[in-house]
Amino acid sequence: MTTTTSVMGGIVRRKEDPALIQGHGRFVDDIKRAGEAATAFVRSPFAHARINSIDASGALAMPGVLAVYTIDDVRHLGPLLAQVPVGKLRPLLADGVVKHAGEAVAMIVAETPTIAADAVEAVDVDYEPLQAVVDLKQAASDEVKVHDDLDSNVLVTWVAHDWWPGVFELTDHRPAIEEAKKRYDSVIVSIEMTNQRLIPVAIEPRSVVADWNRGYGRFDVWSSSQIPHALGAAIGKTFGVAGNDVHVIAPEVGGGFGCKLNVYPDEILVCFASQRLGRPVRFTETRREAAYSTIQGRGWIGTATIVGTKDGEILGYELDAIADMGAYSQNFTVAIPVLGLFVASGQYDIPTAWQVRCVTTNTQTTDAYRGAGRPEAAYYLERIIDAYAREIGMDPGDVRKKNYWGADQFPATTNVGLAIDSGNYEVNLDTLLAHADYEGLRKKQAQALQEGRYLGIGLATYVEVCGFGPSVLSEFGFGWDAYGMPSAFSGSGLVRVNPDGSATVIIGTGPSGQGHETTWAQVVHDRLGIDYDTIRVTHGDTAESPAGIGTFGSRSAAVDGAATWQAAEKVRAKAADIVAHMLEASTEDIRFGDGGGYVAGAPGNKVSWAQIAEVAYKPHKGPDGLEAGLEAHAVFSPGNATWPFGSHLAVVEVDPETGDVDLMQYIAVDDCGNRINPMIVDGQLHGGIAQGVGQAMFEEAIYDGDGNLLTGSLVDYPLPTASDLPAFDLGWTNTPTDVNPMGVKGIGEAGTIGSAQTIVNAVVDALAPLGVRHIDMPLRPRKVWQAIQDARG
Amino acid sequence: MEITVTVNGTDVTADVEPRTLLVHFLRENLRLTGTHVGCETGYCGACTVQVGGVTTKSCTMLAVQADGAEVRTIEGLASNGDLHPVQEGFWERHGLQCGYCTPGMIMSAVGLLEQNDDPSEDEIRHALEGNLCRCTGYHNIVRAVEYAGAKMRGVEPPPPDWTTDFEGVS
Repeated sequence: MTTTTSVMGGIVRRKEDPALIQGHGRFVDDIKRAGEAATAFVRSPFAHARINSIDASGALAMPGVLAVYTIDDVRHLGPLLAQVPVGKLRPLLADGVVKHAGEAVAMIVAETPTIAADAVEAVDVDYEPLQAVVDLKQAASDEVKVHDDLDSNVLVTWVAHDWWPGVFELTDHRPAIEEAKKRYDSVIVSIEMTNQRLIPVAIEPRSVVADWNRGYGRFDVWSSSQIPHALGAAIGKTFGVAGNDVHVIAPEVGGGFGCKLNVYPDEILVCFASQRLGRPVRFTETRREAAYSTIQGRGWIGTATIVGTKDGEILGYELDAIADMGAYSQNFTVAIPVLGLFVASGQYDIPTAWQVRCVTTNTQTTDAYRGAGRPEAAYYLERIIDAYAREIGMDPGDVRKKNYWGADQFPATTNVGLAIDSGNYEVNLDTLLAHADYEGLRKKQAQALQEGRYLGIGLATYVEVCGFGPSVLSEFGFGWDAYGMPSAFSGSGLVRVNPDGSATVIIGTGPSGQGHETTWAQVVHDRLGIDYDTIRVTHGDTAESPAGIGTFGSRSAAVDGAATWQAAEKVRAKAADIVAHMLEASTEDIRFGDGGGYVAGAPGNKVSWAQIAEVAYKPHKGPDGLEAGLEAHAVFSPGNATWPFGSHLAVVEVDPETGDVDLMQYIAVDDCGNRINPMIVDGQLHGGIAQGVGQAMFEEAIYDGDGNLLTGSLVDYPLPTASDLPAFDLGWTNTPTDVNPMGVKGIGEAGTIGSAQTIVNAVVDALAPLGVRHIDMPLRPRKVWQAIQDARG
Repeated sequence: MEITVTVNGTDVTADVEPRTLLVHFLRENLRLTGTHVGCETGYCGACTVQVGGVTTKSCTMLAVQADGAEVRTIEGLASNGDLHPVQEGFWERHGLQCGYCTPGMIMSAVGLLEQNDDPSEDEIRHALEGNLCRCTGYHNIVRAVEYAGAKMRGVEPPPPDWTTDFEGVS
């Protein structure tokens, strides 16, 4: 059976948009429950302090204050759950000590948000400040401990050749790299670089409302979460309620980028308060509060080293880094650097020695932020390759090509033992260079330099790992066991043909703008030929979906999409039997498309999906033994991750007098395999690139030596604006994967993984004639200007 | 304090606390939840509306300051079921992803195009500087505003510039 080709691979206006563009979208804070109470948190002004006492009597005496909870009320619920429980787990409220500024010490529940906010001021907490540790090297030295009851501030050290002891037998490349360094003809290039801490800033602040129903013994929870299913499981486990008695709805979610991929203390605490008070309880974070109540990302310092020959053959690559975990380990905190380790060697077949020490500090927790470990890995590798190319006087594109995995080498097993199923790196880079007129740009650059203008051309490539499988990775921690949901990163799709011939598709994702309602409708339309406009896709509701986890790690299309494809195939097989009966033909001759089923070669004599559905729901009209109904569910557990890749190029002009960087052009050629809706793929790339440019040029979470966050508001934490960015120029190559039936790889994080180093490479390229070798991000004018002054001596 | 505000053409009289922000008045008192709150410093622009025809961040204004004024929100943009050209442009050119910044972004774009219905790309980008979007990188927002400008001028919108075609290179 085949279907007619259709909107799969086509541009379709999004099903999501009519509500959102008219102001009728429903985000969590738009959904009010009758009688709901508001909350506010008392937060520590100190990064590290002992709590001598908490006096809430003043707050409790205020009219409209319903309760003030401290750790004594909720200690029995245990600490916040983490999939990789290495390090100190976060108590739901500070337990005798605070370990980062803004840590929640007490929770106020009141009739209104304003009363709750006023009551915060009436809680008297006696703190005894302790020394805070913020600097990563100081933390790694254990000179001052963050947690008395941990042996060291270094929670775990991830090493490339031994990241999962006992499972992988891997080569330790360190001796060979040391030998290579001693070769008479080798060149060694080494730079210490910072990959600074970032604040995700989804424009919708997180919001959650919980409503405990005593009669049914059930929680109804609305949360702006990327992982509604995992959240339901975690609430169930925490309160000893069956997971299917926790109904979680993630309605419209206003951006996620990884920061809504945690179960947060407030999500547990509103459930607790609702149970205690017998009414719905809501928490909505403010923007400034989000810097304390929501995870941050990145925060690495590391020395990257390449040893290679003078003609561009890389003999070894080393990274020795320290990664900031913050004060407490949450969902995937200490596992995030492992995602970087998976792609440590990028697109290159090079011996790699990687070591990342994960340290705890008196700062907010870090976890997955768009790219999650992979942007850090790509940054160090692509920056040092660029420096190496400059050192040996070779074109940066040529050095890369010389060290690629060749297209004929796939599947390729990486240094860390994982298999990259497919790739075509050189064609991808050549496509970019041709599209950008690279040679022409170089001529323009030389011409500009003669005129005293500093143009830079930055080039970088990446390979991403996403859409995770196989399921054995759940034994490492890439699963949901800690939340009481013993599941790997599998996906879920249910396809139901309704009695009227329309289709309802229920998927296990938790999207936050990725257009799943549109994309999945395209998939089902493609498989079954059901009218696109009559396909309704729902997600993010644990009562509707038979299974699911959420949306993260660029996984939705490759995993939940594949599950939906499989479910549609099952429906198609059953429908073919029905159509064959109706048209008195053989099942294998049945085709679907254009709103119904027909016999191959005779599309004019078609039965509509409404007619097929009627038979399915009135089985006496169908073939003997027909089981009534027409729906199927599939759970897809991929046999491998997918490995998208791409090549990016930026053109900048730097004003040497002011240090101002003008990003003039940004060109990217990415390969995510087959594209279900190129418009949506482009959009994911645009936004991803913008976040990488944000890191390269603007964003930085800065803590002072005492652990005070100096950049907690959008005034101090500048996001890129429309006038900071150019129009993006995108191209693509297509190397489908066979890991899933659609040949799709994932595109949510690719733009971010590919872009920050592209910008820095461009700026350093511009300033190389002045002797600048490296500038740490973000490349704000003052820092660039200072680097020029330093280079000029 | 009692105030009377004309919201999307309808007079509304309400008793509000003096400290109530206009955005909270719209969202909580009138349940017009299309106007969003993304920060508390006036930087993100998710709360953008028009007050007396002027593009205004409704978190920077008290409800009592709007007494007697005409306020236009995202809910008042479409008329008789017909989308405003800017709304149509955002739909046609994929000018939104999560949709949270979108109402404010659309209101700012409406403000721009009511002043100048044929802005250059630089003028569009400059006009939208006060509205932050974390999803789109602004590329398709600019295209959406260009589309809307063309519609308002009665000319054919420029074609979309996304990569098309299912077939790739390799």
